[in-house]
Amino acid sequence: MTLAVVLKQVPDVVEELAIDPSGTDLDRDSVAYVVNEYDEHALEEALLLREVTGEDVVVIGVDTTGELDQALYTALAKGAQRAVKLVGDFESAWLSTRALAGLLAPVLQELSPRLVLTGVQAPDDLDGQLAPTLAALLDWPHTGVVIGTELVDGAVRARKELWGGLTLELELATPAVLGIQAARATPRYVPVGRVRQAMREATIEEVEVDVPAESAPGVARLRVPEAASQAEMLTGRPGEVAERILEILRARGLC
Amino acid sequence: MDGSVRKVETVWEEDTAIVEGVDISGPWNRMFGQRVIWDYTPELIDEIASLPGAESFAWCYQCGKCVPVCPVDVVGDYGPRKLYRKAQTGLNLLDSPDLWLCTTCMNCLRVCPKQVDMVQIMPAAREQALLSGRPLPAELQEALENTARYGNPLGQPPRKREAWVKNAGVPVPILHQIQRPVEWLWWVECYPSYHPRGIDASIALARVFHALGLDFGILGREEKCAGDSQRLAGEHGLFEMLAEENIRTLSKYEFQHIVVTDPHALNAFRKQYPKYGGQYDVWHYTTLLAHELPRLRPLLTRQLPYRLTFHDPCYLGRHNGEYDAPRQLIEALPGVEFTEMPRCRQNSYCCGGGGGGMWLDSFAAGHQRRRLSEERVLEAVATGADTLVICCPYEVSRFEDAVKSTGQEGQLRVRDIAELLAEAMGLIGEEPAQA
Repeated sequence: MTLAVVLKQVPDVVEELAIDPSGTDLDRDSVAYVVNEYDEHALEEALLLREVTGEDVVVIGVDTTGELDQALYTALAKGAQRAVKLVGDFESAWLSTRALAGLLAPVLQELSPRLVLTGVQAPDDLDGQLAPTLAALLDWPHTGVVIGTELVDGAVRARKELWGGLTLELELATPAVLGIQAARATPRYVPVGRVRQAMREATIEEVEVDVPAESAPGVARLRVPEAASQAEMLTGRPGEVAERILEILRARGLC
Repeated sequence: MDGSVRKVETVWEEDTAIVEGVDISGPWNRMFGQRVIWDYTPELIDEIASLPGAESFAWCYQCGKCVPVCPVDVVGDYGPRKLYRKAQTGLNLLDSPDLWLCTTCMNCLRVCPKQVDMVQIMPAAREQALLSGRPLPAELQEALENTARYGNPLGQPPRKREAWVKNAGVPVPILHQIQRPVEWLWWVECYPSYHPRGIDASIALARVFHALGLDFGILGREEKCAGDSQRLAGEHGLFEMLAEENIRTLSKYEFQHIVVTDPHALNAFRKQYPKYGGQYDVWHYTTLLAHELPRLRPLLTRQLPYRLTFHDPCYLGRHNGEYDAPRQLIEALPGVEFTEMPRCRQNSYCCGGGGGGMWLDSFAAGHQRRRLSEERVLEAVATGADTLVICCPYEVSRFEDAVKSTGQEGQLRVRDIAELLAEAMGLIGEEPAQA
């Protein structure tokens, strides 16, 4: 059996982002990509499961950036067994989460994994729709905001973060789709030498896909956020600061 | 280890020994009783010594000369001899916090009669720990990931590497912009490009270079970390990647010599890059400026009323043999008093930043009575100096933090030699260039 991990690249915001002259997209030539942070956790959680059950870990992604190889080789170096890349004519195409899920679902169906793990959300999927959409398309159970998993006979136990420090443990029949909030351990370090070894020795499987024609909303205009400086720093003894916070909240009718 | 040697549980010696007719047995003592002559196994020593570069680990004969000169033992319980002894008694270095405490300062190798070389042993053992999937301290992991992704351990944007140039106040040519040969390629390195106090020193140095009329240029955003400390922290693959990229970048430009701000870069260029085909004539900036003293001295016109002491960087002094150039520059400063610290030159005390220590500060502090940088700052204060002079970019932030954490604020300032030279030349004021 296998554990499938869906990886996605997102723009690295360490470098300042620039908007393309068209005004509807980022200047893709100046963007550097990183793996979505939550997807890194999904991979780590899968690798931790593998350490117990010996399942193969398969990483899978849609190569919309032309740079997905690096992420896949890194995952292989970390301990994944297979890497699958969906390729197509994605140049200048903006894929919605729904379209992404539509491309991934048949490939996942064919892989017939025991679990699908992916990040609970991404900078371009703030609503965290990827995992539930995949689950709906595959007709498999789903839960999100997962912070720990355990495989048992015919099922997966998932710990899910609720509010106020509460956690909920669910048991889902497998196969299931999980949106991972955090792995049980910090995503592991992989030495660069191991990644380079994977680049020399490992193979990435490619699946050709067609860019879906969809009726998703288009981007009318992108804008850089305007800087505002309205922060007021409260100083003094804790009691005084608390009083001041209450005053401010009352003045705005918030309490 | 000789495979024929085996642990012997008990030994009985003869009660009497007669050599050439002479009875040489003394009165009975415990040596004649039952004793264990081997109470350890060589396996863990062999495990380390079998790593490429770490062979000398097995040569230790436990004389202990390395322990009192080890800067880490001064503030904790460490020392190369102890690593060997612990391995004998069954403690695996690869699983021990000891693995991350060595700063590769090289003071042990200086005194070791057996040439047990921790500067090679430690990177080899650390690499083995990484390759075998053992966890590494989180702060080091972050620095290594940042270096791999951004080309600097601070996690700063690569394009911002040349941003400090805008505040230099003098032209700092960037090679990808000027497209002409230069005499001196200035390898600025990470902390002098990004850290606020590092930038102060870079601005000061740029003004000094400019005042001397040096024909220099920098790589700017094309420069990546030289990677030596990452190598010493065990990330050999990352180092190789950086070396290959940097050598490729350098091959695009024409220059005669490289001048580096950072002694760790000096070490990388001199000792490691040639293995990857990068052969350069590399100078530390203090060496270059000392060489230029005949032209520099007339420009040092302002009196500096400071009492100075100087910290020898491990990678400039012990590792690369340069002790005199910084002192020549200090002595050329008008008006200063200069006092050496007790631990100076070949026996200089380590700031704690080398060998990856720069990114293990909290981890190391958890195993030490005080930080190495704190120990050093107290030594500097005890000389009566009001200014600790440095010429390695790791040190300004380490020592300034240590001045605060040891309660010496207002007693001791930490300043790069470049800042003092620029002040004596009237190129900056008494305050940091960016203040």
